[in-house]
Amino acid sequence: MSKVLMKGNEAFAEAAIRAGCKCYFGYPITPQNEIPEYMSHELPKAGGAFLQAESELAAVNMAFGAAASGGRVFISTSSPGLALMQEGLGFICSAECPVVVLNVSRGGPGVGGIQPGQADYIQVTRGGYNGDAKIPVLAPAGIQECVDLIYEAFDIADKYRNPVLIFADGMMGQMMEPVELPPARGITPPEKINETKPWAITGTAQHPGRNVVYSLRLEPDVLEKHVEHLFEKYDAAAKELVRYKSMNLDEAEIVFVAFGTMSRLCAEAIELLDAQGIKAGLIRPISLWPYPDAAFDEIGPKCKVVISTELNMGQMLTDVKAAVAGRWPVGLINRTGGIVPSSLEIVERAKKLLEGVK
Amino acid sequence: MDDLLSLMRSGPRKIAVTGHFGSGKTEFAVSLAFALAAEKNADETLALCDLDIENPYFRSRERQDALRAAGVDVYSDPSDGRNGSELQTISAKIRAPLENDGCRVILDCGGDGSGAMILRQFAKYFTPGDHRLLCVVNPNRPGTDTPEKAAAHVRAIEDATGLRVTGLISNAHLIRFTTADTVREGWAFARQVETLTGVPLLAACCMRALCPALDGCGFPVFPIGMYMRDSYLDKSV
Repeated sequence: MSKVLMKGNEAFAEAAIRAGCKCYFGYPITPQNEIPEYMSHELPKAGGAFLQAESELAAVNMAFGAAASGGRVFISTSSPGLALMQEGLGFICSAECPVVVLNVSRGGPGVGGIQPGQADYIQVTRGGYNGDAKIPVLAPAGIQECVDLIYEAFDIADKYRNPVLIFADGMMGQMMEPVELPPARGITPPEKINETKPWAITGTAQHPGRNVVYSLRLEPDVLEKHVEHLFEKYDAAAKELVRYKSMNLDEAEIVFVAFGTMSRLCAEAIELLDAQGIKAGLIRPISLWPYPDAAFDEIGPKCKVVISTELNMGQMLTDVKAAVAGRWPVGLINRTGGIVPSSLEIVERAKKLLEGVK
Repeated sequence: MDDLLSLMRSGPRKIAVTGHFGSGKTEFAVSLAFALAAEKNADETLALCDLDIENPYFRSRERQDALRAAGVDVYSDPSDGRNGSELQTISAKIRAPLENDGCRVILDCGGDGSGAMILRQFAKYFTPGDHRLLCVVNPNRPGTDTPEKAAAHVRAIEDATGLRVTGLISNAHLIRFTTADTVREGWAFARQVETLTGVPLLAACCMRALCPALDGCGFPVFPIGMYMRDSYLDKSV
């Protein structure tokens, strides 16, 4: 299949359609506006339903309802919009509905700015939703990878009956790359939904008796049992969804840890450092929850420092330090406010950090 | 056929660049600005007006420091390009190069008819024959992947602007996957668009590194830079 040149947001929307998305609910927010725009004219052609919600709060709750009826549901937003969706995401986790959520993130806090940021790391990995819930988070580093992850995320969401969040920063939404689009799966017809989702509310004509999807459990023992059930799923997901890529860990004196756009900058910084005779490597977490602790066990004996490299004030450091477990010093190279550093800046700051630990 | 730079250095001084969303208008407009700046005499003025009020990223104003250093006056929003938002505002100063008969000016419009529509408010500055309205065509974009769709797009831009497109620019590319064949096939595609629309095809854009592979290709090649795309965007692990 040939490649087509697509803007990230267009490709993400098309990936969701091809994955069999039946319903998309969205509210405009930069830098992901091309997604609702694309969905508004393309999803109906594929047999799905597009609805512009009156807010992100409305969008996430529409997604809750649509997912409860068994259709494949996709919502997208950007950082402050995701903050508004958090309450609903907790409800959806509790009610065990599959929803794919895409965050094309920007700078914050608050309204912040519209340039790319990764300052939602804590928001996406720890959530703003209440209660004992977890959401798998996948962070692509390019448009093709994001397309492939969105396509697969619908399967993961269905398997675990839980939201799955794709965390792509604004640069990925706005940049262009040639992509190969996956084949269209088509939308599951209503009469077939209960074959794979016997719990879904499709009407008593489709399933025997009543199906009920709900979040409220007033009896403490019932709620505890339910949460324990959720955690059986999360424990399985924590084993099955760990994903990362790495380079040069055997030889590296400096090991960068970076996801998304920052990982591409690190890849260039590694080439520049190599030209100066300094070996550097990279761990690129793809799953941010579950965090790929195992990747750090592959770091070789020459490592002097592990550097978390982020577009925020160091929100991933906690996870990096936990994975490092005291084996190497941990440093931070970061910019925030929507500023993407140059690879040269990363090189210079990395050299200083290396000097500091020698 | 004249090479594009000679063509743009002579004739109408107002050059508006339009095209499908993502066709590569901005890369073309910025490359044209640098190329014209390199050839201009000290007493000539050259300006680039970034009229993109649709895209939040990858706008020509992001390269205004380098453009100004090269001798190009850059006009964009009221914050002079410091505001990273896509607020639909443009600086009133944009009228200065349009009113200055001694200034060659490139108008870099937003994508599609909706992005080109901004030219409507400057209608009084455009009378037939005193400007060029270029349309950049890239067959590797889903919305313009057949000559018919690309031709319809040219018409949509004319409808939106109230102006006639005066020249086509072929910009067939797949970023780092572009080959000389991509450019050749793009030229053949754009020729079909030329036939369908009656708008003359002026040149084919080609990344500088690939230009030697097109020696003797039989059509005018306009070398473009990768000014808008930081090199790290083509690295990955």
